[in-house]
Amino acid sequence: MSMLHTVNKSPFERSNLDSCLRHAKAGDAILLIEDAVFAALQGTSVAARMADAAKQFRVCVLGQDLQARGMDPANVVGGVTVVDYAGFVDLAAEARAVHAWL
Amino acid sequence: MEEEDFAGGVVKKFMYVNRKAPYGTIYALEVLEMVLISAAFDQDVHLAFLDDGVYQIKKGHNPSGLGMKNFSPTYRALEGYDIEKLYVEKESLEERGLTEADLVVPVEVLSRADMAALMAEMDVVLSA
Repeated sequence: MSMLHTVNKSPFERSNLDSCLRHAKAGDAILLIEDAVFAALQGTSVAARMADAAKQFRVCVLGQDLQARGMDPANVVGGVTVVDYAGFVDLAAEARAVHAWL
Repeated sequence: MEEEDFAGGVVKKFMYVNRKAPYGTIYALEVLEMVLISAAFDQDVHLAFLDDGVYQIKKGHNPSGLGMKNFSPTYRALEGYDIEKLYVEKESLEERGLTEADLVVPVEVLSRADMAALMAEMDVVLSA
């Protein structure tokens, strides 16, 4: 069983996402929530890193947090899946454990 | 330093430096409260948006899914309080794949060097 990693800090301000990507195991799920949703968008300086991550991990982003910040869910990096709160619960239930990278 | 008497008080150049994204933390909303207070004291208010602060004035905020209030219309109301000096850092927009057209209010886009020069002219700088 794999692990669910949640990241909630902006990749432009904190190193949480990088630490998570360095420690997660292939096949783990990574869910971007709160200010970490900015990492999921195309056209940014971190987009290439996320596209690479999506090849190795199951990368998801919380739709409500994108919507709150005026970000278009259609504009996420390829390979990244938009989920809602029910999807968040499913990811947590499927995982052996949840690691919240605060 | 350019200071003029105003109704017995002194007008200083204030700059509020917004560096945090909205909704994830309370900083953006708290700075907005401070800005409105300083407007009541007739100060020369400047707002700078850099780093993740540029996300505060992104168009289309809708935090209803989080059960939070959308405070972005307040930025458009600042004009009514004579707060019209809004500056956005060009490099911060570019790093985030944003352009001036993505913003909810009219702003002046400055290079990082010009932003630094503007900061150096201020009497009071409050950053959050």
